[in-house]
Amino acid sequence: MPEWSGYLTLILQGALVTAQLTLFGSVLALLAAFTAGLGRIAPWWPLRWLATLYIEFFRGTSIYVQLFWAYFVLPFMGISLSPLAAGVLALGLNVGAYAAEVVRGAILSVPKDQYEATVALNLTKVQRMRHVILPQALPLMLPTFGNNAIELLKATAVVSLISLTDMTFQAQIVRAQTGSTLVPFAMILLLYFAMALVISTLVRKLERRMTRGLEGVR
Amino acid sequence: MTAPIIRIDRLEKAFGALKVLDGLSFDVMPGEKLALIGPSGSGKTTILRILMTLETITGGHIEVCGEQLYHMRRGDRELPADEAHLHHMRSHIGMVFQHFNLFPHKSVLDNITLAPVLTKGEPKAKAEARAKELLEMVGLSDKAQAMPSQLSGGQKQRVAIARALALQPRIMLFDEVTSALDPELVEEVLLVMKRLAAETDMTMLLVTHEMGFAHEFADRVLFFDKGHIVEQGPPEQIFRNPTHERTQSFLRKIIAAGHRV
Ligand SMILES: Nc1ncnc2c1ncn2[C@@H]1O[C@H](COP(=O)(O)OP(=O)(O)O)[C@@H](O)[C@H]1O
Ligand SMILES: [Mg+2]
Repeated sequence: MPEWSGYLTLILQGALVTAQLTLFGSVLALLAAFTAGLGRIAPWWPLRWLATLYIEFFRGTSIYVQLFWAYFVLPFMGISLSPLAAGVLALGLNVGAYAAEVVRGAILSVPKDQYEATVALNLTKVQRMRHVILPQALPLMLPTFGNNAIELLKATAVVSLISLTDMTFQAQIVRAQTGSTLVPFAMILLLYFAMALVISTLVRKLERRMTRGLEGVR
Repeated sequence: MTAPIIRIDRLEKAFGALKVLDGLSFDVMPGEKLALIGPSGSGKTTILRILMTLETITGGHIEVCGEQLYHMRRGDRELPADEAHLHHMRSHIGMVFQHFNLFPHKSVLDNITLAPVLTKGEPKAKAEARAKELLEMVGLSDKAQAMPSQLSGGQKQRVAIARALALQPRIMLFDEVTSALDPELVEEVLLVMKRLAAETDMTMLLVTHEMGFAHEFADRVLFFDKGHIVEQGPPEQIFRNPTHERTQSFLRKIIAAGHRV
């Protein structure tokens, strides 16, 4: 009978790494998504071009390759990242590229007459975005953001490539040492599921708060 | 003699190959109440939208409050207006839309105070005091905290009028402000506008299909067809003794459709 409590600790340590990757990666993804999403509809073409380049590049290449670059290739350019930082960078930028299209789509789906009212009230471009367009676009983005965050959570398993000891990596260690596949993998199955549940619950709460008063508008 | 507050000079507007306005000219005097009438598609909305800088123009000049709307003087050169110039010019003009365009995520009070606070830097308390006065004027004192989705169409439009007035523009544009309303809600909005017209010296341009209201409201009526002014004059003349055949047939059709004249 193996020493399960020790192995459990190992897996929980991995869960912490996975949670960190997901949290920090999501924050970076959010920043990247708004920067690139707004960049895509900016009135200045170099910004649009840069944003498009970023989005197409990160959607068009695999997360596996991006992670490899972040950890093994960037040092050759003088940028050495810790495994966690490299993982967050690759995951955040990858998911951010998908979420940027969500930001752009939600902004464009705010009815045109809302924009026209802001012109008639003489708001500046920044004020229009901040006080009228984004507050109406955000509730539209949230459900997809939730899906994006769960995608990011599931993608964190690739980080074992750069020797980060996340949950999946630890489960494989436990499996190798105990010969049991069922126990460690049942454990991480539940843990992944629990984390996903936390994400979707949070997003739903946020959504309910943001759409207060907006009932029956669309 | 006072100068016109709006001078439209050989204005041209095309949407792609479709020329909607082709050399349109007219002036509006300060304080004048103008009704723009004419068949659908004759360019009335386009004129108001151009004045509100919601469209670009393809030719001609517009002067508002003594300054070019779509052009700037730089030395002796004339350049297309940039965003800063448009921003400056828009402070003279307000607009009320057919579909109200209230901000659904903001309360009635916040809809009204948003622009004064943001664009004029008014203190929130002052903007709110003024908003409450305006709400009283449009008969909605009890709705300050309501969300737009809780209002009827007529109430929404009255809030939209209050919102536009809060910026105290010298010129107000009304584009068919009652045509999206159920018939029984039209009167409450017209009543507010009649009072407004009587009580202020604001210049007003009104596009409408309510001929009875235009008659009562306007100092001058412009009848448009295909982007041109066919006939203009005091309401009494246009509605009782129109001289052009096209004006006559338009008014006949409107009456047949059940509108009062
Ligand atoms: N954004 C647009 N794109 C193309 N055509 C337009 C656009 N807006 C208006 N038009 C056309 O311009 C003409 C005048 O429209 P409009 O000013 O709305 O007329 P009115 O308000 O008198 O009914 C119409 O033929 C209309 O189809
Ligand atoms: Mg129209």
